Amino acid sequence: MEKLIQPEIGLIFWMTLSFVVVLYILGKFAWKPILKALSEREQNIEEALNTARKAKEEMIALKSDNERLLNEARGERDKMLKEARDTKDAIIAEAKGKAQAEANKIMASARDSINNEKMAAITELKNQVAKMSIEIAEKILRHELSQDEKQKALMENLIRDISLN
Amino acid sequence: MYCIHPVRVSSLKPILLSILFLFLSLHIFAEGGEGNKKFNAGELIGNHITDSHEWHIAGHLAIPLPVILYTPGKGLSASMYNKLEEGEMDGFKLDAKHNIIASDGSKFYDFSITKNVLSLFISILLMLWIFTSVAKSYKRREGQAPKGLQSALEPIILFVRDDVAKASIGEKKFMKYMPFLLTVFFFIWINNLMGLFPFFPGGANLTGNIAVTMTLALITLVVVAFSANKNYWMHIVAMPGVPKGILFLLTPIEILGFFLRPFVLMVRLFANITAGHIIALSFFSLIFIFGEMNVGVGYGVAVFSLAFTVFMAMLELLVAFLQAYVFTLLSAIYIGAATEEHHHNHDHPEAHVEEAAIV
Repeated sequence: MEKLIQPEIGLIFWMTLSFVVVLYILGKFAWKPILKALSEREQNIEEALNTARKAKEEMIALKSDNERLLNEARGERDKMLKEARDTKDAIIAEAKGKAQAEANKIMASARDSINNEKMAAITELKNQVAKMSIEIAEKILRHELSQDEKQKALMENLIRDISLN
Repeated sequence: MYCIHPVRVSSLKPILLSILFLFLSLHIFAEGGEGNKKFNAGELIGNHITDSHEWHIAGHLAIPLPVILYTPGKGLSASMYNKLEEGEMDGFKLDAKHNIIASDGSKFYDFSITKNVLSLFISILLMLWIFTSVAKSYKRREGQAPKGLQSALEPIILFVRDDVAKASIGEKKFMKYMPFLLTVFFFIWINNLMGLFPFFPGGANLTGNIAVTMTLALITLVVVAFSANKNYWMHIVAMPGVPKGILFLLTPIEILGFFLRPFVLMVRLFANITAGHIIALSFFSLIFIFGEMNVGVGYGVAVFSLAFTVFMAMLELLVAFLQAYVFTLLSAIYIGAATEEHHHNHDHPEAHVEEAAIV
């Protein structure tokens, strides 16, 4: 049994040789490519995850951007509509004002011309009445003066008036 | 994470084969045991867990292995073990205990391809085949999900990388030591598993051999010694912030500790694996010991022994992984301690207690 704890030189020799050889060969042809492939794969996974996260963030940003743009557009539209409505109101109001002024002007001139016509008519009527009155008076006088005594009476009256003056 | 499925599936085969083997061998023993030499459990176990110049397959069938001997001044001499069994060869012969001795009593070194060396070569070829093919599938299936053997081993490689190397050595330097740690881990694990497999090419007690664990521990020591920075050596030779009087006491302890760590690595692996083999074989031997008394008793004991052997096989599968993990983890911790950058307010006593707890 003492053989059990006596290291034998032959086995140490072969073991050292074999281990160094296997370490060299595996180190060069197995562990290096395996570890490289593993770390490359891990890197790829990490990159893919990062890209996915970035894409998600971008999408969220894009979405909020879109929303903002939409809101802006909506605001713009509302503004434009309001402006249009205002312009329309202004135009209508202006037109109304102008129409009112024109109407007033026409009315005023109509009233003037009516007044003028009226005055003219009144004057003519007056003239007509005066003329007719003169004619009537002439006729009456003629009829009155066709009788002598009456002519005399008138003369006397006229003379009386003159003497009184 | 610990790749339970492949282990569980592969563990069934050796167990089923063990059951078959058990009943076959019991018959052989019952027939041939009469009048022949008595069954010696100690010898059986001793022969199994130590090295040998032949590989025993079954019954009287054994593969003789090449014997390579070096005598200083005389040079190398090589032959096959069965030639030596027949008689003297090249000035070497076998003594009564079947040990090789030189006829003239001169000193020589045994560089033979023993059972353990052959097992070592087989396991190494297996490792080279497994991991170069896995590496190839990483190249072939670049950027794709792992498949087959690649997907079975990837979690373990990642486990060694993330939970052993990165955790113990640190983010910056661990990559340099990954080839060493992965090789150590898989070397120990595969050889542990091969040791559990009862037939050729398994069954050698390679990782339970002190020469093998010593070599592994020495390689770790060399790696630590070559990667240690000034800070680490300073901590061993003259721990900063410690009074001079205490340094006389502390420095020898630290120097001893430097060698004790790999020594503990060596003993732990050796003892765990050898103990596992001894226990498993002891249960087997029970059957033969009782079978020698009475064949019926032998069968009766076989049921219990078998249950225990199956239980032990399960436990040994866990131990196989665990010891590979522990050896690799502690190697990584030693490397981590040796390459650690200087910290000003580092709490030394606590760090040492922590380390001692792991040991």
